[in-house]
Amino acid sequence: MTLLSAPVEAVPMGRLQLSYLPRLARRHPLVLIGGGLLVLLIILALAAPLYAGDPVNIDPFKRLEPPSAEMWFGSDNLGRDVFARTIFGARISLMVGLISAACAAFAGLLIGVIAGYSRSFDNVVMRVMDGLMSIPTILLAIALISLTGPGIGILIVAIAIPETPAVARLVRSVVLSVRERPYVEAALCGGARLPRVLWRHILPSTIPALMVQGATVCASAIMTEAGLSFLGVGVPPEIPSWGNMISSSRLYLAIAPLTIFAPGICLAVTVLAVNLFGDGLRDMFDPRTRRRR
Amino acid sequence: MAAYILRRLVSTVAVMAIVGIFIFLLLRLAPGDPAAIIAGRSATEEIIAGIREQLGLNDPMPVQFLRWVRDMLGGDFGTSIFAGRPVLELISQRLEPTLSLSILTMILAVTVGVSFGILAAWRTGGIVDRLLAAFSALGYSVPVFVSGYFLIYFFAIRTHWLPVQGYVPIDSGLGPWFVHLILPTVALSLAYIAFIARVTRASMLEVLSEDYMRTAAAKGASSYAMLFHHALKNAGVPILTVIGISFAYLIGGVVLTETVFNIPGIGRLVVDAINNRDYPIIQSVLILTSGLYVLVNLTIDLAYTLIDPRIRY
Repeated sequence: MTLLSAPVEAVPMGRLQLSYLPRLARRHPLVLIGGGLLVLLIILALAAPLYAGDPVNIDPFKRLEPPSAEMWFGSDNLGRDVFARTIFGARISLMVGLISAACAAFAGLLIGVIAGYSRSFDNVVMRVMDGLMSIPTILLAIALISLTGPGIGILIVAIAIPETPAVARLVRSVVLSVRERPYVEAALCGGARLPRVLWRHILPSTIPALMVQGATVCASAIMTEAGLSFLGVGVPPEIPSWGNMISSSRLYLAIAPLTIFAPGICLAVTVLAVNLFGDGLRDMFDPRTRRRR
Repeated sequence: MAAYILRRLVSTVAVMAIVGIFIFLLLRLAPGDPAAIIAGRSATEEIIAGIREQLGLNDPMPVQFLRWVRDMLGGDFGTSIFAGRPVLELISQRLEPTLSLSILTMILAVTVGVSFGILAAWRTGGIVDRLLAAFSALGYSVPVFVSGYFLIYFFAIRTHWLPVQGYVPIDSGLGPWFVHLILPTVALSLAYIAFIARVTRASMLEVLSEDYMRTAAAKGASSYAMLFHHALKNAGVPILTVIGISFAYLIGGVVLTETVFNIPGIGRLVVDAINNRDYPIIQSVLILTSGLYVLVNLTIDLAYTLIDPRIRY
């Protein structure tokens, strides 16, 4: 589900250089805030074994304990360390979110570029995309997962497939506008072969739009993963993930609210970081906002 | 106009046909025998054979597909494997809670979202505008099952102002029905308020910078008249579009909300169906919801000409 997608015009990539970073911070703080937060979260997640305890160790004598020096966020109904589980949960949520967003972006890019260039392919495939788009994301993912049973692999596929049509549509629209530009015509007249024109002249113009859409897809993928795990069809229950944690603690909300709030807040902060990054990118690439400044 | 409506109808039918084929093939192309998937791991050979016979899986695929479509058009959506009752009956029993939640959510999201968006556009950079920017960033980022538990904790568990969860049918009294739906509605509508408010703001800003708005201001039109008579009408098309999209997307959020608040609606029916591998239910809910989505979009496309006479096809 892509509520955030907005038309993004194709711009040349010249502006994306390292020397642009200080100006970027001044003009588009959202990109840096969102991106920085995201990098921080990824580092925290990757370094989890260095500072967080054991996320799966069950201790029946320490069930639903309040926060302490030993267990910063207390323990859940099986006596597991909520802090460790939250930190380790970040790994699975970020991994599934990023990989499925990358898959959706790649598949969407491929379909979009080809559809933008081939009429016959366009007619068939874009109708299929319309069809896929009309099935609610979470229901489509549930249907796909219900075929094989829960697992990380099918989860990534099930999240990526519903996100692909929006990317494909966007890329296609950019390609359709770029293919009429004089420089594409010039390249073709100059004897460049079609694959080379697609790769060197058309593909780069789709990148800004793809990056903005990619952030949206990533935010949506992280939320879908958590939602599916919350419903019990996502990440297998033995692996700590934010959705699983909320799902398994929901009966203990009154006694140990942190067991739900800790993963919930982390989930919201992660999605917020991705969304801010995407919003910032859109402002940055959008010629209309750039002129206003 | 007639040609446009016809073309739009044809493409609607085409999309629904693709959705139908896709959903049909999902089960058939899945790894393993569909009858065995439905029967579960501990089923005997006879049970599997029985299910295969019951679903007509021994016939050629095109025959199966056409029979499935014919049955659906005749209102027969198959029989639930687990409950042994017609799927349509099960769905209609669960319709009231889901419809109540969806309609209340849309009412709240549209009223709050549109007014929020108008106020933000009226004074760009003002306090409402800044609040909206912060709120919409949050509204997009907090999933309904997180905001739902926060609302339950603070407004039900800590303060006892509202019931924790559950649903009371509308027959048992309007008051209890409404009170039980307040928290789920608020939780579910947050994202849609953010979405509708953002689009309303952007659309209003575009219209407010038009020359005729300056003319209206020069003539001495009041702020109210400018915002509601001159601007809102012209900003209406994008707003209507997002309202339609929101409504169509609502079902995904409804599945999660019903689980958080223990509401026995269609979302819960689907979740239970996955656990029981009750494929006829999943299949029917998929085709019905995507049909609803396509229908809503069609209606909106056709409604454009009604709200904006400049649009001609």
